[in-house]
Amino acid sequence: MDTREKDIENLKDYKYGFTTDIENIKAPKGLNENVIKFISNIKKEPKWMLDFRLKAFERFKLLKEPDWQKPKYPKIDYQDLYYYSAPKSMKDKPKSLDELDPKLLETYNKLGIPLQEQARLNGIAVDAVFDSVSVATTFKGELTKHGIIFCSMSEAIQKHPDLVKKYLGTVIPTTDHFFATLNSAVFTDGSFVYIPEGVKCPMELSTYFRINASETGQFERTLIIADKGSYVSYLEGCTAPMRDENQLHAANVELIALDDAEIKYSTVQNWYPGDENGKGGIYNFVTKRGLCKGKNSKISWTQVETGSAITWKYPSCILKGDNSIGEFYSIAITNNHQKADTGTKMIHLGKNTKSKIISKGISAGFSDMTYRGLVDINSKAKNSSNYTQCDSLLMGNKCGAHTVPYIKNKNFDSNVAHEATTSKISEEQLHYCQQRGLNPEEAVGLIVNGFCKEVLQQLPMEFAVEAQKLVGISLEGSVG
Amino acid sequence: MKEQLKIDFNKIQEVSNFSNRDIEIKKSYLNKFIENGFPNRKQENWKFLDINQIISNNISDLSFYNDYSIENKIDPSIFIDDLEHNKIIFINGRVEKIDFSYEDKKQIEIIEDSYTIDKSENNNSLIDLNIALSNKHFKILIKKGYSLKKPLIIYHLSNEKMKSKNINLRLDFELEQNSSLKLIDFFSDYSEKNFMNIFYNFNLDRDAILKNYKIDKSLNKNLKYSFNNIDQKQNSISETFVFSAGSDYFKNEINCNLKGEYSSAFINGIFSLDDNKQHEIRTTINHLVENTKSYQLIKSVLGKNTKSAYQGRIYVDSKAQKTDGYQLSKAILLDETSEFNAKPELEIYADDVKCSHGSASGSLDDNSIFYLMSRGLNYKQAKGLLINGFLLDVIEKITDAEIKDLLKKMIGLKK
Repeated sequence: MDTREKDIENLKDYKYGFTTDIENIKAPKGLNENVIKFISNIKKEPKWMLDFRLKAFERFKLLKEPDWQKPKYPKIDYQDLYYYSAPKSMKDKPKSLDELDPKLLETYNKLGIPLQEQARLNGIAVDAVFDSVSVATTFKGELTKHGIIFCSMSEAIQKHPDLVKKYLGTVIPTTDHFFATLNSAVFTDGSFVYIPEGVKCPMELSTYFRINASETGQFERTLIIADKGSYVSYLEGCTAPMRDENQLHAANVELIALDDAEIKYSTVQNWYPGDENGKGGIYNFVTKRGLCKGKNSKISWTQVETGSAITWKYPSCILKGDNSIGEFYSIAITNNHQKADTGTKMIHLGKNTKSKIISKGISAGFSDMTYRGLVDINSKAKNSSNYTQCDSLLMGNKCGAHTVPYIKNKNFDSNVAHEATTSKISEEQLHYCQQRGLNPEEAVGLIVNGFCKEVLQQLPMEFAVEAQKLVGISLEGSVG
Repeated sequence: MKEQLKIDFNKIQEVSNFSNRDIEIKKSYLNKFIENGFPNRKQENWKFLDINQIISNNISDLSFYNDYSIENKIDPSIFIDDLEHNKIIFINGRVEKIDFSYEDKKQIEIIEDSYTIDKSENNNSLIDLNIALSNKHFKILIKKGYSLKKPLIIYHLSNEKMKSKNINLRLDFELEQNSSLKLIDFFSDYSEKNFMNIFYNFNLDRDAILKNYKIDKSLNKNLKYSFNNIDQKQNSISETFVFSAGSDYFKNEINCNLKGEYSSAFINGIFSLDDNKQHEIRTTINHLVENTKSYQLIKSVLGKNTKSAYQGRIYVDSKAQKTDGYQLSKAILLDETSEFNAKPELEIYADDVKCSHGSASGSLDDNSIFYLMSRGLNYKQAKGLLINGFLLDVIEKITDAEIKDLLKKMIGLKK
């Protein structure tokens, strides 16, 4: 058993902070119109928002759960879920870091997560250890000065209804696929970002700094709008292990970049992947889509996926504006019984649009990794180009690595190139590293980090360090 | 269509003399086909080109009945002169002649095999249709250690009598240990708006070598589907080459099962399309044991209103360590209206493997054209030279020198 497994093992005995809170406000179990009205009501939403949800729900009733993907999972009973659960009461939460399991702290330290973030991750009121109020206000003040709106979705619906109304559902409409539509109907909260014209956001935005937000639920919805000539870099997800039972996580993320705007969206996902027998873990069925609406706009997705029992997501770019650029950098690592079916879609609609896809997959143990991607060059997308590279690394003969690219080129001015390789870490490379004094595990870590470097260097600085360590931790115990 | 199918099926049974057992088997396949119908884009394999739609757009009154009792006249002018060869001649789906005059008769057996069970276990309704409606099919057995002296050319001919018909053909080949066969499928049509469905089953024993060249060059308005199932034992080699150009629609499916160690499969293909043609090659290579190898190279040159698709799948079983698999598809789009689709797929369950694929598509390189024109060629010549060079790459992969020459002449790469 590797150390991470031990951590998880220990957490099972960990009695504080993770027990269900009796004081939770929950919507009645099940999925029906009343539950949706309940959610909308408790969040005091305006009528148009409720209509949006109900419209999605109407459509949802007609949809069938997709089953074409590679990772199969036991059927989810959508009537057996709670669709709204308010944050746990502070009462049951640990009061300070001292009360936390030392093993958990050790994992955090390995990842190099800052103290205050560790605290937040465990629901400790940050001000107990760290003066968050001042931090929060400093950031808030700085952002407001630039006219940047950065708040929770619920708050945005109340305070900036015009913007939400104008953009929500324009990239992922209520008539989209099964999970996206489900999200449209029942989403609880998420982040809302608006960067005004010509503003370069002075800092990396991340959910962590959004102090005023409540903890996000299983159906979160994020909307980021970069107005003309603006720039924003957004970091999503916590890098610490979130521990939970088999749970559906169906988020929707919409990005909209207007003329000359650029959005950089980075994710480091490390949800609970289940134990070594594949029991438990998160089903991460997320819909992420960006629309390069304006000319010369750019959207760049970077993801490091190491967690979740099943990951099933395809962050996409719709390159509508002329000269727009879409990028996708991904590392997906699966170990034990994890399954990942991930990739991207690049839809070229405008002229001179460019896209680049770099995907690195690593599978170990009994896991299964699939890269599934679509490059679609429309007949009007003159002079467009795409470059795709997807490499897979296999460790052991019980795991699988698959590549399923779809390439559609309808324009004779455009170039599409695709390359993929699958191999294992060669004995020579390992031997070389070991000769120089590394133990086998370190050697694998080094080689894998080298393999992933192209993607890792796309991440913002502080994230990159964490991600690098995460790569090592995820593969612990998979050698030999 | 269902009623028509049943009527035509009964009509075929009346004029043929199948055993009761055969009729039962055929009936069960017919029912399977009636249940599933022609494949459509909802099925993953038919995503790019939907045969159901193509048939209903092109042949509104498809009939499934063929009278195989009427003899057709063989026109010898169609034969390939440059190459001495054995012949099997199909005219309108009827076997008119089987001629192995160059070979040792004792070493080749032609079995009128009426047992129709499909061993490939494909969920393919076109194979169901083929088994249900095909005429008596032959099995050609090449005995141990025998290599055919001359290539075998199968002529697929049709004349103007055929219209809006479905023709189903099936041939089985059994290559015993250390035997070899060179097989050319030559398509020449004087008919239009027919749907031809061809199903070949190859069984390669140890050390056997199969070379199959499919040449669809003469322009015609027929729709064609061809399925090759190749089972390979230890050390056997299969080479498949597809020249896909003439028909309005042609889909070649090649399913290769590498069941013996050190067996290898090579698939090379050319799409050279113009004027509303829609062609597809779909390959599945199943690497099932250790030390097997596969190589695929597909190139397309696409003119006005054309569409080509390449779906290649390499499957590597967890037992199949030391697999070497390679796929490459390239396309040149010559017109605004041409379209290229690819789905090169890798499904790998073993770690000590070397598998890669590549795909590239785009227009002709302007710099190359400029280079050639600056040396005195006109635009058309420069373009032609570049395209020929692009395609020659695939032709050069052909391992049989005689047939390589023949193909070069046919395509106009050599005088």
